[in-house]
Amino acid sequence: MVLGMTTMNFTGWQGLQTRFCRRAMTSGGFTSLVVAAALTLPLANVGASESFTTGSSDVIIQEINSQIRQTWKDNEVEPSPVAEDAEWMRRVYLDVVGHIPAVEDVEKFLADKDKAKRTKLIERLLDDPGYTRNWTTIWTNLCIGQQTPRRVSREGMQKFFREAFGKNRPWKDVVSDLVTAEGHYEENGATNFLLAQMQDQDDGAQMTAKTTRLFMGMQVQCTQCHDHPFNDWKQDQFWQFNSFFRQTAKVDHRRFDQKTGRMVDDYSEIVERNFSGPVYFEKRSGLMKVAYPAYFGTEVNPDESTDRRKELARLMTAGERPMIAVAYINRLWAHFFGFGFTNPIDDISTHIPVTHPALFDRLGEEFVKSGYDCKQAIRWIANSEPYNLTSRTTKKNARDNPAIGEAALFTHVYVKPMTAEQLYDSLIIATNAHKSGRSGWEQAEAQRHTWLQKFVQTFGTDDGGESSSFDGTIPQALMMMNGPLVQDAVSVKAGSHLHELLTGKGSENQKIQRLYMTALGRMPTRSELGAAQKFLNNSHDPLTVYQDLFWALLNSNEFIINH
Amino acid sequence: MSLVTPSGMSRRHFMGHLAAGAATLPALDFISHVKANAADLKRRQKACILMWMSGGPPSIDIWDLKPDSKNGGEFKPINTKGDLQISEHMPKTAQVMDNLSVIRAMSTREADHGRGRYYMHTSYVPTPTVVHPAFGSVVSYELGSKRKDLEIPAFISIGGGGSSPGFLGMTHSPFLVNGTGQIENSDLGGIGLDRLDQRLRMLGTVEDNFIHSQRGESGQSHKDVYVKAVNLMKSKQMDAFKINEEKKEVLDAYSGAPAQGGMMGGGGQFGRSLLMARRLVEAGVPFVEVDFGGWDLHANVFQTLKTQRLPALDAGIAALTTDLKQRGMLNDVVLVWMGEFARTPRINQDVGRDHWANSWSVMIGGGGLKGGMAVGETDKDGISVSSSKSYQPGDVWATVAHALGIPLDTVHKSKNGRPMKLANGGTAIQELIG
Repeated sequence: MVLGMTTMNFTGWQGLQTRFCRRAMTSGGFTSLVVAAALTLPLANVGASESFTTGSSDVIIQEINSQIRQTWKDNEVEPSPVAEDAEWMRRVYLDVVGHIPAVEDVEKFLADKDKAKRTKLIERLLDDPGYTRNWTTIWTNLCIGQQTPRRVSREGMQKFFREAFGKNRPWKDVVSDLVTAEGHYEENGATNFLLAQMQDQDDGAQMTAKTTRLFMGMQVQCTQCHDHPFNDWKQDQFWQFNSFFRQTAKVDHRRFDQKTGRMVDDYSEIVERNFSGPVYFEKRSGLMKVAYPAYFGTEVNPDESTDRRKELARLMTAGERPMIAVAYINRLWAHFFGFGFTNPIDDISTHIPVTHPALFDRLGEEFVKSGYDCKQAIRWIANSEPYNLTSRTTKKNARDNPAIGEAALFTHVYVKPMTAEQLYDSLIIATNAHKSGRSGWEQAEAQRHTWLQKFVQTFGTDDGGESSSFDGTIPQALMMMNGPLVQDAVSVKAGSHLHELLTGKGSENQKIQRLYMTALGRMPTRSELGAAQKFLNNSHDPLTVYQDLFWALLNSNEFIINH
Repeated sequence: MSLVTPSGMSRRHFMGHLAAGAATLPALDFISHVKANAADLKRRQKACILMWMSGGPPSIDIWDLKPDSKNGGEFKPINTKGDLQISEHMPKTAQVMDNLSVIRAMSTREADHGRGRYYMHTSYVPTPTVVHPAFGSVVSYELGSKRKDLEIPAFISIGGGGSSPGFLGMTHSPFLVNGTGQIENSDLGGIGLDRLDQRLRMLGTVEDNFIHSQRGESGQSHKDVYVKAVNLMKSKQMDAFKINEEKKEVLDAYSGAPAQGGMMGGGGQFGRSLLMARRLVEAGVPFVEVDFGGWDLHANVFQTLKTQRLPALDAGIAALTTDLKQRGMLNDVVLVWMGEFARTPRINQDVGRDHWANSWSVMIGGGGLKGGMAVGETDKDGISVSSSKSYQPGDVWATVAHALGIPLDTVHKSKNGRPMKLANGGTAIQELIG
């Protein structure tokens, strides 16, 4: 009966588990928990059913589903089938908590017969400490970059976001704190966002550009020097916006170091400075012009009595659908799907087409109505039908390819490379290092930091942290192939994960399966199993075969590409 | 390692050699003959070595001295084999200046380290809308991609930080190595080639399954990078990084005679890095950047130059130029010397010089460019360009492009589709290519 249902539900590509199941049925020798897990079916309503559900029935989730379905119809494409549990589970872990699931969790989830298990998993992950850690990483990188700029406290920035995401603070409060921050960079970690934009003496141009781009999804940086060629931003608007930041100054404190007898860097802080009246800027013609603080036409008293950044924060967070809400939704959507409603995600303006305007507006409004509840927004997205589809395309939707500039239709989930942090944390999970307790928290953090720095250094530095994923440099490949982290992972020293696994009970097949489950969160296909067996048969040193197999799995594209 | 077929040889030509050679030469001799021939062809491939003086070097104390000005400082100019004078602390370089020229009319606009570095590397002013490729990445894209037998990266940066390949993509990012030439993680970590082979075959199974799973291009891109990394691990060309294979005399010449206290200020390192650069160029790498830091001399400029920076710089440039010439490579290898900007003509109260981009010098030579010349000039105090023309980094890189045979009308496309002219539309400097 199991096989029958499987065959009925799978069409075309969906053969991985099917083929394995057949083998399991015919050979009859597999009765371990692992195999039982693999036999668990994907949700019954695979494919073109209109009634997909993860078990959650929020009205906004239904709205997402129906609006996305409408565009499938309008564009004459068909969605890919619903992802198998194994595929979906690995993805939702990476997206919500920033690492792959541990093998025990995979087994439990695949064996679970609860129809609402997907939505329950989403809830569990939102409550997991990994949620706070993951989103702290993401926003720290976005705000201050991968490599900490001079006179910026990474710890301070992380502390701020840990509290923000840990307590699920309303996003508008978070933005407001970042824009208005003052004081010591560790006591008020929010200051580090602006400190990171104060590297050059540029009259606040970088603060202006980054704040609008990151929180409002608007690219105004080129209007620093000229009117925007495509959208409505004019040069004077850039400087009107800029004038909000002109009361901001930083003080870099130094202190005397007893040991060396020298002055060394101490803390930095943001202070207010007296500034009133207009700012001056130069038109391309060479003409000097003035700009007073104004937010989309709303003028602000330019006197000294005005705290301009407070005014800015008030205006940025006011209204039924402010840009900060829309921009956040767009970023979140892209985080889960690989592409946002606009491409690029931080350029929401009239010259960039929006893939689903009505849905985009609605989600922005609902986000505001929810009280800027970041977890709630994730619930809507992660429980939606399109997010639960496979990342494989079919003939009926292969042309839905935003990577080549087409408007995204979300007929399948687009793959995305892991970020450096996801990769590191996933390797730790796959090697069970998180459970070994070999090193304390601080030491573990230090090791993580060193590895990440090395991994990131193999790129040219770039702004914004979006280059932090595996994008194909040779040093990174070498680091994965021969670096100490993976070397340790495939070590068969006593006490290592691999040693434990290989000296434990179980047949050769079970051991191979477990390696696949550990690294890729799925069972091996029949051909993969056969290939591994062949290696075992031809070797008089089975231990090295398992080692090399595990090495291959950790180094594979399937491991590093979040699908 | 397979025997490399020389690219400049037709098959018939090659077979002709084979026939003639077989009759007269023992087989082994023949093979070494072909190898030598291939090596010779590689040696004649075009390349550029960028000597990057990070921190911003005081060109007024090196290439464009002002002995009659209050800005002139402590150093005197000396005559050279070329038609120009340089600093008295560059005596060895003076002897090879007939091969090298100095552009004395640089007038750039960025006097901040980060922005200057970006501008001089890319020819473009930094803008948040697009990331421009460093010129090394451009050369990797234009020349490296065509060198099929090159198994190591086409843009190698020794001892310095990275620069971005920008819209040209990660394939053309600089491959960073430290001065020892040890490539991190490039050895097999104790496993043999047979084990590596087993691992790669297992990897192939998983990778190919994913590539064929209808999930777009990224699975294949991942595999491509791994293929390159494995090629690199196995490549004989990796020997180019092993400078210790060179004779001691050669190492000494590049490093300069060990000053008192050993290799002061990392000077020995600069020479060693240049030697590595020569070996890499010989192996077919079209662009090598060598970083030599310690030029941000806000204080105590003359003492530091005299005892640390200039002896190392002098020895390195002289040895490299001589070595390339002796090997018959100087006509094909362009040498460029620059930093993110230079330093103020005015000497500050700490006997230092601060950041200055308005009027300064870049050294360039080799690659068939005219040597022994000063192009343009600055006024008597060195505070502005006094010749009719001043130059931007784009002009320097256009000159390099000309020497390397990259057409100047080449246009690349940024990720958002904007056309980007080679070297920001700069023009090759007429006096140098004339």
